[in-house]
Amino acid sequence: MSVEQQPHGTPNAPAIGPETGHAHGELAHAGPDHGHHELPFWKKYIFSVDHKVIGIQYAVTALLFLFFGFTLMMMMRWQLAYPGRPMPFFGRFFSDNVMPGGVMAPEFYNQLGAMHGTIMVFLGVVPLAVGGFGNFVMPLQIGAPDMAFPRLNLLSYWVFVPGGIIMLASFAMPGGAAQSGWTSYPPLSVIASSGQTAWLFGMIFLITSSLLGSINFIVTIVQMRAKGMTFFRLPFFVHAQLVTSFLLLLAFPPLEAAGILQLMDRLAGTSFFLPTGLVVSGEALKVAGGGSPLLWQHLFWFLAHPEVYVLILPAIGIVAEVIANNTRKPLWGYRLLVYSIIFLGFMSFVVWAHHMFMTGMGTTMSTFFQTTTMIISVPSVIVVTCFLMSLYGGNIRFTVPMLFATAFLPMFAIGGLTGLPLGLTASDIYLHDTFYVIGHFHYVVAPGTLFALFAGIYYWYPKATGRMMNSTLGKIHFWWSFVSINFVFMPMFFQGMAGLSRRLYDPTVYAHGRGVQPLNVVISWAAWSLGLAQIPFIINFFMSLKNGARIAENPWNATTLEWMAPSPPGHGNFLTEPIVYREPYEYSVPGAKQDFSPQFVAEA
Amino acid sequence: MDETKYGWWLPVDVSVHGARIDQLISVVHWFMLLLFVGWGAFFVYCLIKFRARDGHQATYNPVKGIFTKYIEVAVVVIEVFVLFGLSTPVWFAYKNHPPAEKDAVTIKLVAEQFAWNFHYSGKDGKFGRTDSSLMSGDNPLGLDPDSPEGKDDIVTVNQMHIPVHKPVIIQITSKDVIHSFNIPVLRVKQDTIPGQRIPIWFEATQTGHFELACAQLCGLGHYRMRADVFIDSPEDYAKWEADNTPPPAEAPAAEAPPAPEAPAVPAPEAK
Repeated sequence: MSVEQQPHGTPNAPAIGPETGHAHGELAHAGPDHGHHELPFWKKYIFSVDHKVIGIQYAVTALLFLFFGFTLMMMMRWQLAYPGRPMPFFGRFFSDNVMPGGVMAPEFYNQLGAMHGTIMVFLGVVPLAVGGFGNFVMPLQIGAPDMAFPRLNLLSYWVFVPGGIIMLASFAMPGGAAQSGWTSYPPLSVIASSGQTAWLFGMIFLITSSLLGSINFIVTIVQMRAKGMTFFRLPFFVHAQLVTSFLLLLAFPPLEAAGILQLMDRLAGTSFFLPTGLVVSGEALKVAGGGSPLLWQHLFWFLAHPEVYVLILPAIGIVAEVIANNTRKPLWGYRLLVYSIIFLGFMSFVVWAHHMFMTGMGTTMSTFFQTTTMIISVPSVIVVTCFLMSLYGGNIRFTVPMLFATAFLPMFAIGGLTGLPLGLTASDIYLHDTFYVIGHFHYVVAPGTLFALFAGIYYWYPKATGRMMNSTLGKIHFWWSFVSINFVFMPMFFQGMAGLSRRLYDPTVYAHGRGVQPLNVVISWAAWSLGLAQIPFIINFFMSLKNGARIAENPWNATTLEWMAPSPPGHGNFLTEPIVYREPYEYSVPGAKQDFSPQFVAEA
Repeated sequence: MDETKYGWWLPVDVSVHGARIDQLISVVHWFMLLLFVGWGAFFVYCLIKFRARDGHQATYNPVKGIFTKYIEVAVVVIEVFVLFGLSTPVWFAYKNHPPAEKDAVTIKLVAEQFAWNFHYSGKDGKFGRTDSSLMSGDNPLGLDPDSPEGKDDIVTVNQMHIPVHKPVIIQITSKDVIHSFNIPVLRVKQDTIPGQRIPIWFEATQTGHFELACAQLCGLGHYRMRADVFIDSPEDYAKWEADNTPPPAEAPAAEAPPAPEAPAVPAPEAK
């Protein structure tokens, strides 16, 4: 494809193929391969350059990783609820190195914890939110035939896969997988077993993949928009992806550099992060010294705070699409939302040291960073307010995507609000590194982002497959997950208030841990219930491929461009050149024939 | 240990500075609750009032956002108040005003995988010389046996004794990885960074037996890196100091005496 040579996104003829000029009524018959000679299987489904195939590959891979990462946590929850007791049934499948007599070893617990965090963030949520939804939906929404650099897109996915394989394979390393937390603070991570080396190599692959993807996204959004698609006619999801791509592009390089430095400390005997005079287990460490362990934390959090917004912005984008579609009215404060997330993205680069208030920071530094942290909460409040105001005056359809998007609002609000006492230095003295933190960021990422991603799956599944997902199973999935997940994360605030630290293999060692131990039992059972709640989703996901009701282009009566393309869209996406006539969310326009006026229809 | 002091909310506060931290936590939580209940009420109202039903239609024109502007301004005002009226002054008052060393008990702390080594200066008020090259299983601090100031020093492992109603300064560091010094009832937390010696301070208001926990993942024994904290009356503290001062004849630094109460976890084993 020669899409790269198209400076201003008019989809070119070869991409559209022989069907060009067919009337709209015939679009539903278009098969997945219209307009192209038949590609061999491996080129079509494995090493495809089609953004939709790559998007689905990313999404499915990420869903598998999410379930795997969640399984690691479900195992840890046994140890937390019943410390030192052999794990029933499942315990027997593990070797005595990691679960002697079915009882989890502390080293293994730390591996599970570190890998849960790494997998959920870097192999689950980001690839699903950006690699999956970004790849599949964004080019369709801007009316492009594909990404600007399709081969780069292919490379991005196939650099991501080895990163994931390295991470998984690291469990088989001598000494097991990385066990120094997903934050990998040195000197602990530098003196850790070889799993940490694998972690660093894996991270370098994952970061490289994200960098390739982010450049592609930015160029595509800037260069490949359809005729009439001005910046303020872009669906909000596209704005969210654009800001996200800039965050990835600017924040990941420092971590890639830091990862290489840590790799050198481990393999080449350098001391970037090791001070002089370390004595480990009674023996002096034979290194040059002179490095700084805090340098790593600055480099790590310089990435990892923007990374939080990489996790949340695409989710906000999905929620905006689903809310506009299901309230049947324009999104309230669309421009305000766009400005807010741009500001949010900018501010996310100057708050990182609020993760480091307890490292011995002075008053000036800590005041600066807590002030920026309070400032960043303002655009977040605006986002929530805009969504709430969007509900006002609507005609709200409670479809399955809308249920998840609706639930996102209070969950994200809890996650955001509980960030306040952590962002303030004085209250952080007490709450830092307690379970309060775990509750806080999981509310943002699990019932927040993950629910939004589920909304996205239910919403765009028909576009990707041409079939609806079952709504009864979807509602069971939603309500069961919603109740369970709150029983998982709400008690953590009380545990944190009681002073319980995170990352403890056995919390009952401490008197303040014994006080809140009954909550650990509640949380664990709720977590296992949440695991079971995913079964209706898994069944639905696969069964609907064959049994879901067939749909035409626009089953949700939506307004954005992806609903103009056939379901599923073929290579090149659109049968006729999309031309954009209006703003993205023109629902219930007075005087219109129907309650939606799509961007791509001239007279509505 | 008195388990009734720990529940599902903040445990008892036995420090001078802790009350203002607790007050901040409480104010912020009332603010959060207010905002959440306000949003929540509006949210539920919208979901019911504007649900899709026969004969109902969405309104195309956006409502004027006067009320939302008030809310956003109110949020900003409250945040500014919490930030500059509460949090910053609390941090400033606590962190920028160390007690005078002559009025305080100074302790040096060296954390290691997975133990807390406390170094008291003893009667002379002077610390013996330490050197990391002298560190061993028997001498976790690397105390120089020839140092005259070190003759009366007290070294304890996983046992911290402090007097009540007297400022305490602890110079903390680590010999291997990053740990975090965390005593929930005293509202103190400070990462121990190898290569840096960071002072922290507090003053206890009650006597009692409490605990010190490691708050930063430091390896497989992180969960059991615990120490007993004894806040003693001045008489008990003096008695403890006297009982544990090594006899003058003895050259090497004495090991920690047996604890008055057996620790819940074994002392660190040498790996």
